[in-house]
This record gives sequence, structure tokens and C-alpha cells, in this order.
Amino acid sequence: MKPPPFQYVAARDQEHALQVLGQAGGDAKILAGGQSLMPMLNFRLLNPAILLDINRIAGLDQITVLPDRLTLGALVRHRMTATDPAVAARLPILAHAMTHVAHHTVRNRGTFVGSLCHADPAAEVPMLALLLNAEIAIASVRGTRRLPAGEFFAGPLTTALEPDEMVTTVDLPTLPDGTGWGFAEFARRHGDYALAAVAVTMGRLAGRAHGVRIAVMGVGDTAARLPAAEAVLEGNNLGQLAAAVAAVRAAVDPNTDLHASSDYRRHLVGVLAGRALTAAWERAR
Amino acid sequence: MIDIAVTVNGAVYRRRVEGRLLLSDFLRNELGLTGTHVGCEHGVCGACTVIMDGDSIRSCLTLAVQADGAAVETVEGLGTTGALNPLQKAFQDHHALQCGFCTPGFLMACTDMLRRLKLATDAEIREALSGNICRCTGYEHIVNAVREAVQQRGPLA
Repeated sequence: MKPPPFQYVAARDQEHALQVLGQAGGDAKILAGGQSLMPMLNFRLLNPAILLDINRIAGLDQITVLPDRLTLGALVRHRMTATDPAVAARLPILAHAMTHVAHHTVRNRGTFVGSLCHADPAAEVPMLALLLNAEIAIASVRGTRRLPAGEFFAGPLTTALEPDEMVTTVDLPTLPDGTGWGFAEFARRHGDYALAAVAVTMGRLAGRAHGVRIAVMGVGDTAARLPAAEAVLEGNNLGQLAAAVAAVRAAVDPNTDLHASSDYRRHLVGVLAGRALTAAWERAR
Repeated sequence: MIDIAVTVNGAVYRRRVEGRLLLSDFLRNELGLTGTHVGCEHGVCGACTVIMDGDSIRSCLTLAVQADGAAVETVEGLGTTGALNPLQKAFQDHHALQCGFCTPGFLMACTDMLRRLKLATDAEIREALSGNICRCTGYEHIVNAVREAVQQRGPLA
């Protein structure tokens, strides 16, 4: 229950961090909030040659408000995202969902980008990134690139990042005024890893839903958007709720583990989808 | 080995440590401040909670080198056996502890949250306490103690 030996490097700035990553031969891990990485080190599930601490890099802890998006730097802590007035005003589903991410003390340290890169299939942040069509800015000594969230998650705890790359910022496009949102989650203890969660946004025009987005977590190898279920409700009213819920259940393939069976998770995600879709419909204007 | 200087409860400590040394082990083994308890060592139980630069944190998920230049508050900085601080007194008055193992973590987490959160309702208090585990009290007495500490604090500015 103590970390294995590693070389600790505190990056002075982003350029220094990228140089260290570029020279590490794939054997470095980036330490941001540490709320997932440190337990894995303590359990010795990881044994990196270099631990690259980016916490002392200035300027990465900014939430930037642009007309059409919010940009979160790599050191924006969950507490900042949960309490920033601009986030609450521009992306209320994000502000609400952050209160389900772990506990106060963990939110003080854990970062949005860190959770994105950890890519836990039962974590809220990857699901929210998919729901909000996030765009992820990635840097290495070889240059920079941007990836949509839909191309970022490769599997459980696995992303499209190369070993020498680091995520510098994530862009979260804001939604049109009047967009409704719904978030429903079930965890054995509030703040613990959830058994399942569903996040929804939709517009409502002349009594019909449009721009319907449905994202789920905890019911597959990665968080996921469910386009087939979105299509069931698109252009329809809440009369199609049961059909949409059935489409959600049909689209997921949950694992069985000691917390819940696959069948239970499939049932649960349908119940949560019904609640989230109803809430989004009622909030939409 | 890395040279660090950490301010703990107002006193500066200079030590040479391994990069992998946890802040919890630094406080206990290097500084002899054994009030910070080590429970699960993977960030679940909250017993090791301390405050670093104003934020309550899990000291078992923080490296000692990350505290270089930082101001750390531990349970030893709250009060003494003869002069408990108001939160500690509320815990004593409401029997908010039995074995006491989890208590330093609860006290430090609550110290942070009393500074920042309204904690106006029991629901908010329970949500605030949800990151710490107690296996003795059943939590009711801890909620009672925090409710009293909130009343003594008054509304947040």
C-alpha cells in the first residue's frame, strides 16, 4: 500500500512536461489530481519509471468562457467545475453532474481532464464529454492535435492518447438557450462509483423533441452515446418514452460484477433513462 | 532524494525525502505528527484527511514532495486536550466518536467545509460527511455535532 519507486519530476511549464514525456520512452505517467492514479500506485497496479507532476504548471487551472464554448485547462479541479457560476449558467447539466463526482475532499484535488484521461467506464466525466461533444486538445513534442470525445475512448481505462502525449485543454460547446437536460444516477452510496447513470439534453419545438442526445455510463466497456435510442425520440413527443427506454436497454451490454448483475444494470439504466429523458423534456423550452 | 520545506500548523519543517513518500507517512513518520490516521491508503475512508493550502485533501493520495512550499493543517493544529476547539468540543458533547480512529479525518474535512459550505440543512451536512467512513457511531451523533458547530459558526459571510 505504498507507491513503488519512481523518478519524480515536477514540470516547470508545459514545454518541460512535453520534453519529459517525449524522452520517457512511454514509461511516464502524468500526475494531476492523483485521485485515481495515486490509488493505483499505492496498490502497485502501475510501476512507471517517471512520475511527471504537472500541478506546478501555471495557467492550466483556468475555465475560459467563450461565446460558444467553455474551455477547461488540464488542472481545473472538480470543485471549480462544480461551483463556477459560468459553468452553472452555460452548462447547468455539467454543474449538476459534478456534485455526483466523488466527495468534497476528492473534488478539491481531482481534475476534469484527469478523469477524462483515466477513462473509467463508470465515471461521470467521460459520459459528459460524449454528451456535450467535447473536443480534446492534445500536445506532444511532435505537435498538437484535437480529437472529438467520440474518438477518444478506446476501452476500459484506455484512450487514444499516445504515451508521449498530454491533454492540455478540453472544449465543451455550450447548448442553445432553452435546451433541456436530465441527469439520473444510481450509486450504492452517493459519490461512490455509480452502478449506472444516464445524461440527456434535448430541445423542444412545437411539442416535439429535437437534437436529442443520450449518454450512459456503467453499462459497458466505455461511456457511450446511444444514437439508436436518440433517434426514437427525435421529432417525437414524450409519447415515445417507453420506446426510447426500450431502445436504451437494447443498446447496452453491461458487465456482471460483485455489485450488480448484467440484467439488473440493464433494467436500472432503463429506469434512469426514463427519469433523465422526462426531466430533459420538462426543462426544455 | 528531494529536499522539501513544508509548513505544518505554522511551523516550517525541512526534510530530505523519497519522491514516492506519501504525505500521510511524512506527517506521521518523519514529523511524528501521528494524529493523522492511515486507514485504507487508497482514498476511500477519509481518515488521513488534512488541509493543504486551504483545501481538505486525502494525505494518502498526495506525495510529500507535492507539499513542498505548502501550508498544511493537521488535527494537531485544531486544539489541545485541555482546550478543544469548538468543532472538537461539539464532537465530544454529542458523542460523535467511539473508537476515535476516523475522528481526525472527520475533523479536518469538517474544518474545510465549515469554512466554505453553508451546511444549512441535515441533507447538506450528510452530503458533506459522505467522503468519510465511521464504523462505530452510525453517523447520527456526527451529524448532530456538525449541526451544532454550524450554529456556533453562524452564517457564512
